[in-house]
Amino acid sequence: MKIGLDSTLRKRKISIEGIKLTLLALPFVIFVFVFCYLPLFGWSFAFFDYKPGLSLSQAEYVGLKYFKYIFSYNKDMIRVLKNTLAMSFMSLATSVLPVIFAILLNELRNLRFKKFIQSFVTLPHFISWVIAYSLCFAIFSTNGMYNNLMQVLNITDKPNTVLSNSNYVWTFMTTLDIWKGLGWGTIIYLAAIAGIDAELYEAAIIDGAGRFRCIWHITVPNLMETYIVLLLLSVGNLLSIGLDKYLNFKNPLNASKIEALDLYIYRIGLMTHDYSFATAIGIAKSLVSIVLLFTVNKLARKVRGESII
Amino acid sequence: MIGKKSFGSKLFDISNILIVIMFSIFCVYPFYYMLCYSLSDPVLATKGITLWVRGFTFNNYINVIKLKEIPQAALVSVTRTILGSSVTLFCSGFFAYLMTQQKMYFRKFIYRFVILTMYVGGGLIPTYLVMRYLGLRNNFLVYILPGAVSAYYVILIKTFIEQLPQSLEESAKIEGAGILMCWFRIIMPLSKPILATIVVFTMVGQWNSWFDAMIYMTRNNLKPLQLILYEYLQEAQRLSDRIREGIESGVKVDVSLTPDAIRMTVTAVITIPILLVYPFMQRYFVKGIMIGAVKG
Repeated sequence: MKIGLDSTLRKRKISIEGIKLTLLALPFVIFVFVFCYLPLFGWSFAFFDYKPGLSLSQAEYVGLKYFKYIFSYNKDMIRVLKNTLAMSFMSLATSVLPVIFAILLNELRNLRFKKFIQSFVTLPHFISWVIAYSLCFAIFSTNGMYNNLMQVLNITDKPNTVLSNSNYVWTFMTTLDIWKGLGWGTIIYLAAIAGIDAELYEAAIIDGAGRFRCIWHITVPNLMETYIVLLLLSVGNLLSIGLDKYLNFKNPLNASKIEALDLYIYRIGLMTHDYSFATAIGIAKSLVSIVLLFTVNKLARKVRGESII
Repeated sequence: MIGKKSFGSKLFDISNILIVIMFSIFCVYPFYYMLCYSLSDPVLATKGITLWVRGFTFNNYINVIKLKEIPQAALVSVTRTILGSSVTLFCSGFFAYLMTQQKMYFRKFIYRFVILTMYVGGGLIPTYLVMRYLGLRNNFLVYILPGAVSAYYVILIKTFIEQLPQSLEESAKIEGAGILMCWFRIIMPLSKPILATIVVFTMVGQWNSWFDAMIYMTRNNLKPLQLILYEYLQEAQRLSDRIREGIESGVKVDVSLTPDAIRMTVTAVITIPILLVYPFMQRYFVKGIMIGAVKG
């Protein structure tokens, strides 16, 4: 009797250990709050006419002025959106390349050779865009390797300046993305291929299927699911294509074509110090991204019967 | 499958090998070019480098180290890489361990609060204003603090700890070990594989960062190598000033040094450490991306 009573009492008592643990976690929570949640309060800047040097209380409340400005006819905004969407859709269009490359790698018979190739193609993923730009700058400069080669092969006489040509900038950036990301992108598909049941292939071979039929009827359908999930997630990120690569490759000659949304926010906010307008664009971008993500998620649930987030 | 190979299959094999080799060359050649250029005589190099070094010399490296900003920037880069990755490892690691403690009050709430940061963010400008408000401009801590508790790493570590046998931890607690002791002596050594993966990821990330430095640092002595290179690339004037300054101040900078050679050599100085650790990294990052893919 006494022991039973004792244990129920102990249960009701607030456990010291639990409180101790919560207190231990508290500094981290404060940390996360300061660095990740506090900026959310900064969204209020979008509703004020904030000037650097003033405090927010001194700034004039302007309501939705900046948001209206985004959605009113605005040449810059249209140009920037066009650039962003063009480059986004080009990367969506090339997103199938890692799948193809993974299948090609998987068909290599020599495993050591395969590993070798894999480590070569993954390498560019591990360098920053500054380095990538520096390498391009050297190779495509007037006396760089590219123009030398062109002259030796007698393709053109006058040096070709790829980096400052605004006509090719979208294609060029997409090619760079492939250079940097293709090898990295294949890793996940190679893992998916490794997860396919070997019995499927054995059964297919017994049934008389050749190599290509095995690829087409077994490997490809098994990779489709992974591919679609990744594709849908990247649709959610349609507008957030980052800014560091464009910041590096931007120059006065290609600036109008390379300026994507994130770079535009950076320029408006941190170069011309129009904090309020830049914050408003950032908020609008986040809202559109959320809507896109949920739409895509709903779509995925309809198609696959399972949501992706 | 082995033995009788059809003609089509053989043709496929050969073209497959050719395709992957060509793409590998496409990926690796720029690095090869960089090394060749940085090891070439700057004057001869202006005639063009394609496949081999022209006039082999280490002078470029020796001269680059003498440039005003480079040693300081290298120190900043190394410090932020080491400090940043260890702080992230300890903070994210210990927090993830705390999140496995069932007895904690509000545990689920705290966990969700942190994980949510993967999906919501204030955006560039509000974050910048907060950092400025906190006095983190021109402050080395801005490299380290914002990434200390990373939701993604917390998920990875927590998942790993949860699949460890619980009996070890329990017996240690019975022996009277506190929570810190448990983590440091038992959980940390056991979760080495995942921690190694995370260290590799954060180190590469820190070494490659430059944008944070660009927006928060106005003083030269806190800029990492990557940012210095960015400035050399974007402001051609500055680089030629540096060369002239070097000559005027009597530091023995080779007159033959060209801006191109400096850029390529600084690029090489930044890239070579990554190339050196790359072979060791490989086994970790495949593991990392797989755990991430399963959870995400």
